[in-house]
Amino acid sequence: MIEFWVIFTGVLVGLTCGIAGVFLILRKMSMIADAISHTVLFGIVMAFIVTQTLNGVWMLVGAAFAGILTAYLVQLLQSSGIQEDAAIGVVFTSLFAIGVLLITLFAGDVHLDVEHVLMGEIAFIPWDKWTFLSITMPKAVWMLLLVLVINIAFLFLFYKEMKLSTFDPVYAATIGLPVVLLHYGFMTTISLTTVSAFDSVGAILVVAMLIGPAATAYLISKSIKQMFIWSMTFGVAAAIIGYYSAKWFDTSIAGMMATAVGAIFVVIFIIDKINGRLNKKVVET
Amino acid sequence: MLSGNLLWVLMGTMLLGIAAGITGTFSFLQKQSLVGDAAAHAALPGIALAFLITGQKELPILMIGAALTSALSVYCIQWIVTYSKLKADAAIGLVLAVFFGIGIVLLTIVNRSPLGNQSGLNDFIFGKAATMTKADLTWLFISAAIIIIVSLLLYKEWKLMIFDPVYAKGIGLPIEALKACLTALIVMTIVTGIQAVGVILMSALLIIPAASAKLWTRRLSTMLIFSGITGGIAGLAGTFISSLRTGLSTGPIIVLFAATIFFISYLFSPKAGQLSKYIRKVKFRKQEKLS
Repeated sequence: MIEFWVIFTGVLVGLTCGIAGVFLILRKMSMIADAISHTVLFGIVMAFIVTQTLNGVWMLVGAAFAGILTAYLVQLLQSSGIQEDAAIGVVFTSLFAIGVLLITLFAGDVHLDVEHVLMGEIAFIPWDKWTFLSITMPKAVWMLLLVLVINIAFLFLFYKEMKLSTFDPVYAATIGLPVVLLHYGFMTTISLTTVSAFDSVGAILVVAMLIGPAATAYLISKSIKQMFIWSMTFGVAAAIIGYYSAKWFDTSIAGMMATAVGAIFVVIFIIDKINGRLNKKVVET
Repeated sequence: MLSGNLLWVLMGTMLLGIAAGITGTFSFLQKQSLVGDAAAHAALPGIALAFLITGQKELPILMIGAALTSALSVYCIQWIVTYSKLKADAAIGLVLAVFFGIGIVLLTIVNRSPLGNQSGLNDFIFGKAATMTKADLTWLFISAAIIIIVSLLLYKEWKLMIFDPVYAKGIGLPIEALKACLTALIVMTIVTGIQAVGVILMSALLIIPAASAKLWTRRLSTMLIFSGITGGIAGLAGTFISSLRTGLSTGPIIVLFAATIFFISYLFSPKAGQLSKYIRKVKFRKQEKLS
């Protein structure tokens, strides 16, 4: 049963991140996601300092706040003439540093230690349970399910709008779509995804799950829908492969999941290249 | 208070800050700042691997390992961007996260092995300048000095390469070699800095001083000086403050110092600062009303 929950959590992380990652790649915002995954730490620590509890809901609120703050600050610096990569670099390293400092100053003795935040501890997930509607599931699973539903709902409601504002932002703005609002809404879902996954895979390795499967899917997909399906498949596959290889080598599960993401990318990349060569040959003959 | 060892550590982090400020400026102008971030994260597997293979905690060996994986990550990013349809941001994010993941895997293996006395390697994540020994510091001094000297020697060539690559190629400068040399120096800066600042925040030392300097000037030479001074001050002050209390990591405080300097520049720099921009705006409006 314990193994089941760990794998199930991993699969949920793969699904949630797989969905969230697609538009990240398409909107060329991978590095903003990386930034958010670092600054979420700041949001969580702030939530802890304000409420003095490690309640999941407040963490989500704090993380969402930190995510929006990051996106806003990056935008602010960029609009005042600082190049994008530097703007991202300045904002997230500063907020991350504040987060780490606050932890060492105010929250050193609680469960919130830095290494836990960075690497997560998926193996401990099954013991922290929560009952709702007479269903007992690990807390992390509840949180992931909630965020997964939010992500899917966001997509269902704004799929068309997101698509248009991604590929033709100028046109989208002309016909009156709230482009800015969509941007920040999307950033919010990214931060929620990050924090829901952070407990199990850690704040930094969640980047691997967000970017990796979607980037791999981008290599072989011909449409957005296809990309979503591939992205989720790769996410889930990385989670399962990661879990079993971590068990095999007796090492960090989260780290192995990120490694599996990389391995899947390399395999798909090579297959895609070989296919391309074969197709070329077919065309030539 | 200022014991002999602390004085040396302060000198070391200051020199590191200067070196990072200088190479960071070049990478900033090449729009490669976030590549530095990936390279810094990618140092982690190198450190763990070097330890696993040799079983030694000698700094030069760990540094060589870190340099190899850092350089490999930069190479991977360039390779992905060239040979696939992925954009640079996705390539950087992917490489960064995957290398860091491998790093965590190896670090966990190291920590579980009987050889791996945990205390050492984990400090590379956030940096602990206070624990640096004399030997570590000697290495830091040497490589920081090399970085600064090489950057100054190649100043003219890099300047041309960054601002007018076509002309540079036209007069026969070996652009590819120069680029590779810059990458090598950035990797070297990262490797030098990780013990003091840690792999996660090392990129801040490359980015923030350069970004602050850009707000004050448009001249490369002035920018380099300003960036170097900012990095130096941040390194010095951050290390000093973190030495006052036990349990404080050096990295975050150095970064916060640099960030404060950036924030002040952002608000008050005479050319690009928000305050002067606002004043100009108000003046402009007044002029409009008068006429």
